[in-house]
Amino acid sequence: MIELEGITKVYRMGEVEVNALRGITLSITKGEMVAIIGASGSGKSTLLNIIGCLDRPTSGKYIFDGADVSQLSDNQLAGMRNRKFGFVFQEYNLLSRVTALSNVELPLIYGGSGHRHKGAMEALERVGLGARAEHKPTELSGGEQQRVAIARALVNNPALILADEPTGNLDSKTTNEIISIFRQLNQEGITVIIVTHEADIASQTQRIIRLHDGEIISQ
Amino acid sequence: MKLIDFLVTALKSLSTNKLRSSLTMLGMIIGVGAVIGLMSVGRGAQAMVTSTFEQMGTNAIYVIPSSPGAGVAGIGMGAPTLSLDDAEALANPAYVPSAVAVAPISTNYAEVIAGNESAVTSITGTTPEYQGALNYSLASGQFISERNVSHRDTVAVLGDKVAEDLFGSDDPLGQKVKIKERRFTVIGVLEAKGGAFMGVSQDELVVVPITTFQTRLFTQRTAGGGDAVQSIVVQVASAEAIDGAIYDIEDVLRKRHRLAPDEENDFAVISQEQIIGMLQQVIGVFTIFLGAIAGISLLVAGIGIMNIMLVSVTERTREIGIRKAVGAKRRDILGQFLMEAAILSLTGGGIGIAGGWVMSRLISRIDIGGQAIPSVVSPDIIILAISVSVFIGLVSGIYPALRAARLNPIDALHYG
Repeated sequence: MIELEGITKVYRMGEVEVNALRGITLSITKGEMVAIIGASGSGKSTLLNIIGCLDRPTSGKYIFDGADVSQLSDNQLAGMRNRKFGFVFQEYNLLSRVTALSNVELPLIYGGSGHRHKGAMEALERVGLGARAEHKPTELSGGEQQRVAIARALVNNPALILADEPTGNLDSKTTNEIISIFRQLNQEGITVIIVTHEADIASQTQRIIRLHDGEIISQ
Repeated sequence: MKLIDFLVTALKSLSTNKLRSSLTMLGMIIGVGAVIGLMSVGRGAQAMVTSTFEQMGTNAIYVIPSSPGAGVAGIGMGAPTLSLDDAEALANPAYVPSAVAVAPISTNYAEVIAGNESAVTSITGTTPEYQGALNYSLASGQFISERNVSHRDTVAVLGDKVAEDLFGSDDPLGQKVKIKERRFTVIGVLEAKGGAFMGVSQDELVVVPITTFQTRLFTQRTAGGGDAVQSIVVQVASAEAIDGAIYDIEDVLRKRHRLAPDEENDFAVISQEQIIGMLQQVIGVFTIFLGAIAGISLLVAGIGIMNIMLVSVTERTREIGIRKAVGAKRRDILGQFLMEAAILSLTGGGIGIAGGWVMSRLISRIDIGGQAIPSVVSPDIIILAISVSVFIGLVSGIYPALRAARLNPIDALHYG
């Protein structure tokens, strides 16, 4: 499903060039649950962003479902993010001024689909938050906010869920709840990639990709 | 993304910051309101000038003395060059065939006394043709007659306001009034016209025979020794006849004044249309000037909208990142911010139109010297204001919207 070949990413910070990724070659098959681990600055979030089409690689080849992603336009990438991927971030990244339901509806608005209300409610129920649909993020606990974010990631029935330190701001009990939701979704057939630095979480996945200084040191 | 989604999204984000949205709109409201209010007053003044002149008499041509070589500044400023005999010549159908009525007019200000009451008003010496040429109707009694003119009778016809000031509710007919120590008998009262021109009411006048005016009140002679008149009004049958009549009048007067072919006219012939045209031009320039000043406030309002939208883009960078992460395309973000700017400017413009209309109503109620300034809110002013506000909204919205749309999703997400 995902084929990465010689992916590099170079950031320019003024005069200095930072090599965030130095030639990543990797393949992930459909239905896998993968953890990407490494110290901070190892390039794991950059790799996740490139896989999720939030960012473009400096060089290298990225094939998703047989299509060369590096040839796609910005609008086509937006379409990919909308239909194929669901993102979950450490900081939840919800719109704070609108309800949980409206947050979950957002991808449906940009996807142009009908039955938004119904679709968004179903996604919220899947993460066990049906009762809190009309609450704003500020009225929800951290674990609940992250579940809203997962519902938003699910709502367009994506092939792949990408989570960047999804439990970084949560206590251990809530962390377990969130991870079990990811495991549940994986069992339903969705590919899941989790970036983390906690060995505990990584151990609950099928495969661990270890990054160091922009290179894969084990997988 | 459908239009309705843009609308809902934009309204939601505007309503989350109600104070800021309404302050931004306030600039637009004041700008559009000022444009509508000021321009409607200008239009009203134009309409007032037209209607006043129509009341004064239609298809009238004015002949007045003029200093040769002084251009427009010389009009009406010259020594008396027109005489009573000139007026009689113009009345001769052999010279000016299209003239329906010709009235010589001389005016001066004097105190009119009746019993214990007195009023300073304009005294107009003229002939019976004056009534028709200037569209006056009689409320009672009669106008001055040919006989009054040839006999130099001391009779007077009072304007509506003068009659009221001097006699109140009493009947002035047959009463005596004193002008410059001479006693005049009131033979008629004019019906009120209502209009005023340049602050002078058309109902504040006393009409006396031109001969009486010349011999008993204000004697004035031309250089040639004739009885001088200040102006001559020539009424023609139709608007089409005006140009021919002007030509005939100039021809007759040049011959009578013995002007050589290379000499300029010592008089000016102006049709009522020309006067209306000149005044409307002046008022039109004035209106545009007022509109331009109000337009500056519209410009400031536009800059205000742009400023707020730019602040909003910066503040909402993260929101833009989130929207892009879940699949918003450039045009979706562009559309959202443009829609917000459009709503601000259109709503502001709409309220401004209503406010400007109310303002013009209030201005037209202000009484200036017994007369109100009318105001006309015409559709073209409204269309102008709407299109200007839409234009400003889009122009001021497009730059911030483009900036928002161009943001890289990952940079936007990690902002702040």
